[in-house]
Amino acid sequence: MNRPSMSTRTTVFGTAVLALSTLTACASAPQDASGSGTATASAAGAYTWWDPYPQHDAGSAWAERVGSCGQQAGVTIQRTAYDTTALTNQALLAGQEGNAPDVILLDNPAVSTLADAGMLSAMSDFGLDASRFDKNLIAAGELDGKTYGIPIGANTLALYYNKKILDEAGVDPASIKDWASLTAALKKVKAAGKKPITFAGIGTEEGSFQFLPWLWGAGAQLTQLDSPQAAEALELWNSWLKDGLAPNSVIGNSQNTSWEEFLTGEFAFGENGTWQINSAAKAGFPTGIVQIPAKDGGAAPTPTGGEFITVPVQKDTKRYDATKKILECMTTPEGLVETGTTFAYYIPSTAEGQEAILAKEPTLQPWVEAVRTAKGRTSDNLGTDYPKISEAMWTGVQKALSGAASPADALKEAQAQAKQATGD
Amino acid sequence: MTSLHTVTAEVGGAAHAAPPRRRARRWTALAFLTPLIVYLLAFYAYPLYRNIDLSVHDYTPRAFVQGDPEFTGLDNYLDILSDDAFLDALGNTALFTLGSIAVQYALGLALAVFFHRSFPLSAVLRAMFLVPWLLPLIVSASTWSWMLNSENGIVNAALQAFGIGQINWLTSPDTSLLAVTVANIWLGVPFNLVILYAGLQNIPADLYEAAGLDGANAWQRFRRITFPLLRPVSAITLLLGLIYTLKVVDIIWIMTRGGPADASTTLAIWSYREAFGTGQPDFSPAAAVGNLLILIAFVAGLVHVRLQRREETA
Repeated sequence: MNRPSMSTRTTVFGTAVLALSTLTACASAPQDASGSGTATASAAGAYTWWDPYPQHDAGSAWAERVGSCGQQAGVTIQRTAYDTTALTNQALLAGQEGNAPDVILLDNPAVSTLADAGMLSAMSDFGLDASRFDKNLIAAGELDGKTYGIPIGANTLALYYNKKILDEAGVDPASIKDWASLTAALKKVKAAGKKPITFAGIGTEEGSFQFLPWLWGAGAQLTQLDSPQAAEALELWNSWLKDGLAPNSVIGNSQNTSWEEFLTGEFAFGENGTWQINSAAKAGFPTGIVQIPAKDGGAAPTPTGGEFITVPVQKDTKRYDATKKILECMTTPEGLVETGTTFAYYIPSTAEGQEAILAKEPTLQPWVEAVRTAKGRTSDNLGTDYPKISEAMWTGVQKALSGAASPADALKEAQAQAKQATGD
Repeated sequence: MTSLHTVTAEVGGAAHAAPPRRRARRWTALAFLTPLIVYLLAFYAYPLYRNIDLSVHDYTPRAFVQGDPEFTGLDNYLDILSDDAFLDALGNTALFTLGSIAVQYALGLALAVFFHRSFPLSAVLRAMFLVPWLLPLIVSASTWSWMLNSENGIVNAALQAFGIGQINWLTSPDTSLLAVTVANIWLGVPFNLVILYAGLQNIPADLYEAAGLDGANAWQRFRRITFPLLRPVSAITLLLGLIYTLKVVDIIWIMTRGGPADASTTLAIWSYREAFGTGQPDFSPAAAVGNLLILIAFVAGLVHVRLQRREETA
């Protein structure tokens, strides 16, 4: 009578102890590890670094470059790479938990979002001079008069062309000065039996990014999507689709897909970015670039892309000293050139850095010019409103291109949507 | 002596009042239950609670980090219900879900009946029908989007061979929902096939034999034996199909991003886009849409239980 009950009791007790011990084991294991390993490492200076470049693994030139900047600052850098959109969410979560990394490289529209969340420390807070960076580039890192990040380089858009097709069609790329001459060139290509142009009109940020040069080139503003100028820009894209100058697939094209289309060698023009320079050089045909023209001539302002180096707020403010050194290391003229070439290609964000990279690679001249006339997407103090306006805009672009609405009506709806989303 | 007495008395008393064995057993049961309860609380109850919590507050990125969201009650729900996009998304969800499960079920059932009559290589063929299930979704969805590409897709190339002009499957608002539904049907057929095939195995063969002796033809045997006896299995297949299809995000997201211009945006896509698809996460409306989806699935589950109970009592 007693024995079995005793034994059940022991079993219960045993199970409970076992369960508890496994629980505590689970809970304490990482603490133990950090007690003996990570904590001492951080005492010796382990700094965490997040960036959106998973394509560059631990053995890559980029990882080495990050590591060497850490070494110069006297710390070891633990680098983690995330996908661009995942990075913003991870950063928000880390901010919520209060264990944000020391440095995050953020896609530039995300800077104002995280700065507005109170997660980032301003550059002036730890004495970093931001004045030497190009005004148009650093604007995306500014919010309410403070600078929350500095560009480690910039990329932007231009029109790549396939020289072979243009020669065959008798088009001189230098003749492309405004929208009329561009459309004329496209028609010539079509008459020669080739496909004129491809771009990315996908319903994501990439679609907005690609549409912006035309929107700004028409003289329209992001704050007024239903202006007649904006309608003209969308009408241009729309007419290309209607006249068969651009394939219908552009509606779903990401920039990568659009680039693959261009690489087939069947397209005369492809709207794409600095990051394809290497790929273009390796294409099976000679390529070149022209600036995206504004409606009435001149280069259209193109949106800047590229990452900003930001410093999340830390409880332990002593950490900022080494962080500052890391940031300086990443942004010296030589550092910017090195980042630029490591990244195939990133245009340095200071005048000095641009001179330096041009001395090394004179062919980058048109890209440097494009970056100088480029404009931040969150500039004009749009800040955190930009993502909402952008969503309305790409939806409008998609509506018009897919024929669900006329360009003017699609943009009217877009403006209403943007207005509602930004609460004005 | 007295102490010994009291001890025995106590032991006896205890044995009478509440048998230690039963009490111990209760504790044992509880101990075995604890891991499950902890698991359920941590991975089901808490996320659900958090989702509701997100949906009744205004979680801007700032509020998310600072932890000081404004309580807005049902405002997020009202905003969503009054949004023009809501009815469209609801309609798309209904078309996508009902279209998918109806065709999946019909095809799955037809294939199950077909494979039920074992013939040479039937097992191999049946295994090949499971391929859509085994492929990673990113692979099958990308393949579908390449096949349906307006300019270079194989589907349009085949149609052109028959003189049918270019159809912009994924980039026209008229066809994009249809295109993603077709892809989703292809994905869901194996699931229906497997479950219904298993259901068929449970129908006694002598029923068919008897029906055959009575002179029932193939259609009558299907109509009078297979279909009625398969009803419970069918019901659960359809219910699971409904729940799975309601929350499909990946295949639509990969193929059309819910576009062009929201033409293939379902409630699940809407929720995903609010939270993760734009530069700025909007967790609160995303959670509200998600909760509406849970509610729809829950109601469908209730209807199922209700029907089942009625069938049992009948």
